[in-house]
Amino acid sequence: MVRSHVLVCGGTGCHSNNSAAIKREFETLIKERGLENDVSVVGTGCFGLCAVGPIVIVYPEGAFYSGMKVEDVAEIVDEHLVKGRLVQRLLYKEKSDEHVVKALSETNFYKKQTRVALRNCGVINPEEIDEYIAEDGYQALIKCLTELKPQEVIDIIKASGLRGRGGGGFPTGLKWQFAANSPGPVKYVCCNADEGDPGAFMDRSILEGDPHAVLEAMAIAGYAIGAHQGYIYVRAEYPIAVQRLRIALDQAKEYGLLGKNILDTGFDFDLEIRLGAGAFVCGEETALMTSIEGNRGEPRPRPPFPAVKGLFGKPTILNNVETYANVCQIILKGADWFASMGTEKSKGTKVFALGGKITNTGLVEIPMGTTLREVIEDIGGGIPNGKHFKAAQTGGPSGGCIPAEHFDIPIDYDNLISIGSMMGSGGMIVMDEDNCMVDIAKFFLEFTVDESCGKCTPCRIGNRRLLEYLDKITSGQATLQDLDDMEQLCYYIKANSLCGLGQTAPNPVLSTLRYFRDEYVAHVVEKRCPCHVCKGLARYTITDDCKGCSACARKCPVGAISGEIKSKFVIDPSKCIKCGVCMETCRFGAIVKE
Amino acid sequence: MKSIADIKAIRDKMKGQINLRDNKDAEQEIRIVVGMATCGISAGARPVFNAFVDDVASRQLRNVKVTRTGCMGMCALEPIVEVHIPGEDPVTYVHVDPDKVRKIVANHIVNGNVCTEYLIGEERK
Ligand SMILES: Cc1cc2nc3c(=O)[nH]c(=O)nc-3n(C[C@H](O)[C@H](O)[C@H](O)COP(=O)(O)O)c2cc1C
Ligand code: SF4
Ligand code: SF4
Ligand code: FES
Ligand code: FES
Repeated sequence: MVRSHVLVCGGTGCHSNNSAAIKREFETLIKERGLENDVSVVGTGCFGLCAVGPIVIVYPEGAFYSGMKVEDVAEIVDEHLVKGRLVQRLLYKEKSDEHVVKALSETNFYKKQTRVALRNCGVINPEEIDEYIAEDGYQALIKCLTELKPQEVIDIIKASGLRGRGGGGFPTGLKWQFAANSPGPVKYVCCNADEGDPGAFMDRSILEGDPHAVLEAMAIAGYAIGAHQGYIYVRAEYPIAVQRLRIALDQAKEYGLLGKNILDTGFDFDLEIRLGAGAFVCGEETALMTSIEGNRGEPRPRPPFPAVKGLFGKPTILNNVETYANVCQIILKGADWFASMGTEKSKGTKVFALGGKITNTGLVEIPMGTTLREVIEDIGGGIPNGKHFKAAQTGGPSGGCIPAEHFDIPIDYDNLISIGSMMGSGGMIVMDEDNCMVDIAKFFLEFTVDESCGKCTPCRIGNRRLLEYLDKITSGQATLQDLDDMEQLCYYIKANSLCGLGQTAPNPVLSTLRYFRDEYVAHVVEKRCPCHVCKGLARYTITDDCKGCSACARKCPVGAISGEIKSKFVIDPSKCIKCGVCMETCRFGAIVKE
Repeated sequence: MKSIADIKAIRDKMKGQINLRDNKDAEQEIRIVVGMATCGISAGARPVFNAFVDDVASRQLRNVKVTRTGCMGMCALEPIVEVHIPGEDPVTYVHVDPDKVRKIVANHIVNGNVCTEYLIGEERK
């Protein structure tokens, strides 16, 4: 009889830190000690605290071990599993007070979270359908097929107030209603698992940690709108997610939970996986469907909307992974339960991938309406190295930044839009005083310029021009007039691009202009980057501490340093390419960058 | 292909196992703690532990968790078992064996009557 479960995180973060070897080591040692009937080792999806991975949790105690190495496994097996003593040394320590945390649920990181979409991530073995079923898996589908009419399902989703988690925030129930109202025997249900925002990994974690939740929800959607075929569009760069999806699909088909005549109820629904090549624009709904059809992933004008004419010209719904991950819970626990969480117009929870200058990089799920301060200070553990918060970027390349003055804003769809950012799919990149906001805008714009599909001119050429303005600014060649012209260009691109990529691409520029115009002005007027980030504006000079050793002059790749031995050397700024080599070379700290 | 009844049966069977990982209502649950240091194990704590796990699972007692602990300091009385019921003083049983386990679960855990004959106080008399 199994008396203890060892959960080893197999999410991408921990996986790349060797968690597979840790799991094998557990299995080997547990066998050696003859405990294989007492202890089961389970691979799970991401627990969310990837920053301190690889993570291992031992139940029933719930002991939370972090930063595990293969060598540590023997100690846990001998001390904890054999003798029942927790290994203090390896227990997770909350950074702030070095207080040793015994259980995951005790950490500040978890206390303020509410897990709906992530409820099974890090709890069940995603490759075992029975574990999903144990957590009431497929009960929502059974309930729909046996107790509810399709329209009743749609009504529940509508009443819950669920909105799309893929970026736009469109009401999900309404979307289903449109597709249900479209006549025709052939309809499709699609899942958007393209997740292209830099730094975002919410959807990947759900697919890796709880793939059945998405499959079940898609079958429910199929029942609701009258579709019998679905497609999951997932990027090929997510090998673990794809593999777990495949396993889940096979198991669900074997159990008769997908396929013909599901559970003998007469309802047919089948699912297929389609791999995307990872172009950002393929996350856009019309491009995604074009890509599933086997064509080059380019957007097309809307209307007609997919609910009327989508995949293969048939009525189609497309929802994001996280949107689907909420559906089964809503069916089981009711629309009122879901609507009790969140703010007036944004119900439920949202998953964010925290990244950048924050202590607990990882995955968090918070009720809508949680303030940015709570996310960053309480859950995220604050900014490392005693630095100060400057801004958080949400919505990735389509979004904008939230500056410190809005630190107490409750996070929901409408609030974020009102301050010039957006919810987006859930990437949240935290910036501290060392981040140059012009440089950040440039980073996102470089991304969109690369990813523009080129179909329409405002996006293809406009965004490139925009990037050129930013290059001018960061190399000290721009004028104040350029700043104004640049802003005009932003509005032009937004108004005239064909798809969401182009329409939102200037947002990072506009929002940094709005909140950090002084930084732009410093670049333009004073030819200075206040955060010393923009290379083009850096200036290297040699101070009086120079001993005249000539080491720097010999290293400088462009011969910009001259002088006589034993007297002070000088850098010729017109030749200097700002590589910084001289500063690293000088043993006397006589070279400064300003 | 499974039927709806099959799926429900799988759920009920698996729930007992998964339950082990649920730390959510720690304050509400009954904890059975078995001393499993070297002395406890050599005195037969492992079969005792397994008997508790089996019994709790077969009775589908969802709010009961069986855990281990280290040496309780009274090696001569091992196997030692502590039962913690929320709102009540902990109870300590000594020299427990699998037969006693079944009585402890039936009388104490399920019906709330402490099995006085196995109590540590009895042993000390
Ligand atoms: C350029 C671009 C990229 C997008 N990328 C994604 C993506 O990676 N994942 C996603 O779910 N939605 C993405 N979207 C939004 C989708 O077009 C669509 O609105 C969404 O998948 C609908 O699902 P939802 O209503 O559940 O959010 C993107 C949109 C645009 C314009
Ligand atoms: S806006 Fe950009 S990505 Fe969208 S269709 Fe036009 S060129 Fe392509
Ligand atoms: S190594 Fe540094 S101190 Fe020495 S000559 Fe070069 S710049 Fe001056
Ligand atoms: S990948 Fe292991 S905690 Fe995220
Ligand atoms: S050494 Fe002068 S810029 Fe690199």
